[in-house]
Amino acid sequence: MEFPQLEYLRRRRCDSAVNTEQKKLTQTPLLKIWVPWMGCSLNRRRGSSVPQFCNSPTMIVMVGLPARGKTYISKKLTRYLNWIGVPTKMFNVGQYRREAVKIYKNFEFFKPDNEEAMKIRKACATAALKDVAAYFSKEQGQVAVFDATNTTRERRAIILSYAKERGYKVFFVESICDDPEIIAENIKQVKFGSPDYVDRDIDEALEDFSRRIECYRASYMPMDDEEDRKLSYIKIFDVGSRYLVNRVQDHIQSRIVYYLMNIHVTPRSIYLSRHGESELNLLGRIGGDSGLSPRGQKYANALATFIRGQNIRELKVWTSHMKRTIQTAEALGVQYEQWKALNEIDAGVCEELTYEEIQENFPEEFALRDQDKYRYRYPKGESYEDLVHRLEPVIMELERQENVLVVCHQAIFRCLLAYFLDKPADELPYLRCPLHTVLKLTPVAYGCKVESFFLNIEAVNTHRERPVVSFHKHTFIIIDNY
Amino acid sequence: MRGCSSRAKLAHGRDTAVCMTNCPTLIVTVGLPARGKTYISKKLTRYLNWIGVPTREFNVGQYRRECVKIYKSFEFFRPDNEEGLKIRRQCASAALNDVRQYLTEDGGQVAVFDATNTTRERRDTIIQFAEQNGFKVFFVESVCEDPDVIQENIVQVKLGSPDYTNCNTEEAAEDFMKRIKCYENSYEPLDEVLDRDLSFIKIMDVGQRYLVNRVLDHIQSRIVYYLMNIHITPRSIYLCRHGESELNVNGRIGGDSGLTPRGKEFGKKLSQFLQTQGISDLKVWTSQMKRTIQTAESLSVPYEQWKVLNEIDAGVCEEMMYEEIQDHFPLEFALRDQDKYRYRYPKGESYEDLVQRLEPVIMELERQENVLVICHQAVMRCLLAYFLDKTAEELPYLKCPLHTVLKLTPVAYGCKVESISLNVDAVNTHRERPEVGISLEAHRRAHTHPQEDGSVWPDMAFSPRAFSSTGCTVQASAFLLTHGVNLTPNPQHSKHPTRK
Repeated sequence: MEFPQLEYLRRRRCDSAVNTEQKKLTQTPLLKIWVPWMGCSLNRRRGSSVPQFCNSPTMIVMVGLPARGKTYISKKLTRYLNWIGVPTKMFNVGQYRREAVKIYKNFEFFKPDNEEAMKIRKACATAALKDVAAYFSKEQGQVAVFDATNTTRERRAIILSYAKERGYKVFFVESICDDPEIIAENIKQVKFGSPDYVDRDIDEALEDFSRRIECYRASYMPMDDEEDRKLSYIKIFDVGSRYLVNRVQDHIQSRIVYYLMNIHVTPRSIYLSRHGESELNLLGRIGGDSGLSPRGQKYANALATFIRGQNIRELKVWTSHMKRTIQTAEALGVQYEQWKALNEIDAGVCEELTYEEIQENFPEEFALRDQDKYRYRYPKGESYEDLVHRLEPVIMELERQENVLVVCHQAIFRCLLAYFLDKPADELPYLRCPLHTVLKLTPVAYGCKVESFFLNIEAVNTHRERPVVSFHKHTFIIIDNY
Repeated sequence: MRGCSSRAKLAHGRDTAVCMTNCPTLIVTVGLPARGKTYISKKLTRYLNWIGVPTREFNVGQYRRECVKIYKSFEFFRPDNEEGLKIRRQCASAALNDVRQYLTEDGGQVAVFDATNTTRERRDTIIQFAEQNGFKVFFVESVCEDPDVIQENIVQVKLGSPDYTNCNTEEAAEDFMKRIKCYENSYEPLDEVLDRDLSFIKIMDVGQRYLVNRVLDHIQSRIVYYLMNIHITPRSIYLCRHGESELNVNGRIGGDSGLTPRGKEFGKKLSQFLQTQGISDLKVWTSQMKRTIQTAESLSVPYEQWKVLNEIDAGVCEEMMYEEIQDHFPLEFALRDQDKYRYRYPKGESYEDLVQRLEPVIMELERQENVLVICHQAVMRCLLAYFLDKTAEELPYLKCPLHTVLKLTPVAYGCKVESISLNVDAVNTHRERPEVGISLEAHRRAHTHPQEDGSVWPDMAFSPRAFSSTGCTVQASAFLLTHGVNLTPNPQHSKHPTRK
């Protein structure tokens, strides 16, 4: 997928006869992946740290009455899939409708006998499906999340046949909920702020929206155990209290099911912090496993004070296996869990060097890293892309948990932050994560509120800005075989 | 939900260690005979033990066989057979007692209670038992009406059961079908409404459909994920190492060298071997190290590279010979022999770390059908230990010679292993388990480093798990994060309790 465009291979002189004997392997300079040097079959090689399991594109189709969390699930799922490296895009049919019908008057638009509106709504769904097809064929998308009510079997049949014609897999995600409190909370959180209700007061909006829901209810045909037994779907009941899963076809669907079964909507906050300033930080050296500097120790104490002041219910504290995060957590005086997966990025041969030393001793590596900092893998080390893969169980557990403080490292922090704030791969390695600053993330509506707390203890700055790349991305670089 | 009751803490009898978050879990199977309950129980137990959660299964049928030495016929299971019912109830109680012993005194974290448990009454008894002891309960029900599947079950596992050693096939099958009938009338499946407060997964038609209710915690979530990924379609998994490498020949560990001529020869032979096997739709996986990829290249088929299949990282010992390691790092060398599973190379990894990073591979292997995995010695040992249910103590000493393919075919409750040597010579890279002569404590003392501030920092390689200021042992591994397993380096306390 992402792999072939960024690779350079040295074209060696070779025997003109293409023999079926062992072809010489070359290690690609950026990803550090071994490939046979014949370029044309390169596209078949998968070069990331995880095998890519998507073959046919997959359409995830939401099903459910309004205010059942379909858009919440769609956005979250899209964010998660993109973060783990599966290109995913969300298509919200409501958006298409808002573009078609500039001004929303009232619920009457959604009445089942409103012929005019029905035509528009069908046209919007069709337009969205067309965009899905374009996303798959022209933009190399892998997963499309089709976010609409899709409450009638008829509408779902249209989608199924559209997908079948084009060889897409379909996986339905239905959200069923009859708890009036949850629905009211949904409406409050996301509907009142919607462009549809921008000029109404709260009571009007609530009334109108409730009547909108009623318009769908009469014709709502939930996925049925018998009738739909050949389809692949998950039914989510009461925000995750119960699930019904039918015919999971492949790896990506299995991952999606696992993810959906681990997320929850209980209010909570996640605190992210780096370790206190370390000895190696002071020396401008990367990696290693040094202890805290005196200022770092001060930060640890300040963090303890800060956390106590937050009065957090049942806070879990996680650290890596490296001394500096553990020392930081020790100051908190509470139990903490160590995760090896939270260890800082392994800089391989560059461990404990300064950036200047790296530039001197490994100038090509240094340049390559600036070319594509996300995918660049240190020799005998890791890349940000590798990090994301090893952090996936951390993210999964963070989704399950409630209040958590994660004491980690710069590159790790960036990866976790990119997940919560939906940052793409090319921004991720340049996110600002200064020392001695705590970020408090609180999920709200469809996203995440971020509060930043600098605990007033000076520290060195370890951030390197994205450099201006001065040569063309596709220059060939001559490298000897490793 | 989170945090152990204080009663459970005391029952564990550990004064310094604290059960981090969760109480022990009791998994209870539910279902008519021949629905795969024992298959699921054994597989789940194997998986949980492999990822480091001490688990044991308790098969009530076994207890019954010990109690009633000779099995006569299905009449024993008739619902009006008072004598039979008494015995069966006693067996269930005995099993539950052993569960209590295992979870409260023997260091177990999960117990799998394998029985039909088809009536609500029996399940209520179990729930009460669990509540009294502070255990969480998770039901796993298998529902299946497909006669072909049931027939296949009976053929695979029932006909060979001790109950039917003296019957011929037809007799046995007939008796067993009558046995199933005895349960059918009183069977009360788990119900969405009546049992809405219980935590359970209902598996329907061997995994076509699942109903999952109230997953409470991490371990239940992992169990559900695992159960939803396993299947019973016949297939084979081929495991082999890369062909002999340059560093192998030099007696050096790790590194990223290419194949020797003999190694390349192995690649060719491997290709021929696979063709003779006539495998449909074989997936080939390698690591991202040159030697496995070169081996796969000989096969001329597409293959997938997994970074997590890379060989164990020997940290500062990379590319050294064992003699050199013994010279330069004598303490490390000795420590490794003390506990090869948990020992972590300085700036490197341990076998335990390997298992953690290989878990997604195992999960995907469960989902797939025919797969060939070309990997490395330590990695292959970990994968093999999973399939053959080897303990942590045995794992690092499993024999995985070069130029040999292991073909694993799931059968009945286990795995058939065929070892095929492709007749290409190679060096032997296997080190036997050595005689251990030095005390662990002496090493521990020698191995802590006094810090400038007077505190003592244990060497990371020896004791990767630090101690929190409250004096509690803190979990190191992500998998154990919710299971309060005490990991103080105490050789008597094995993570894997000895099997019955």
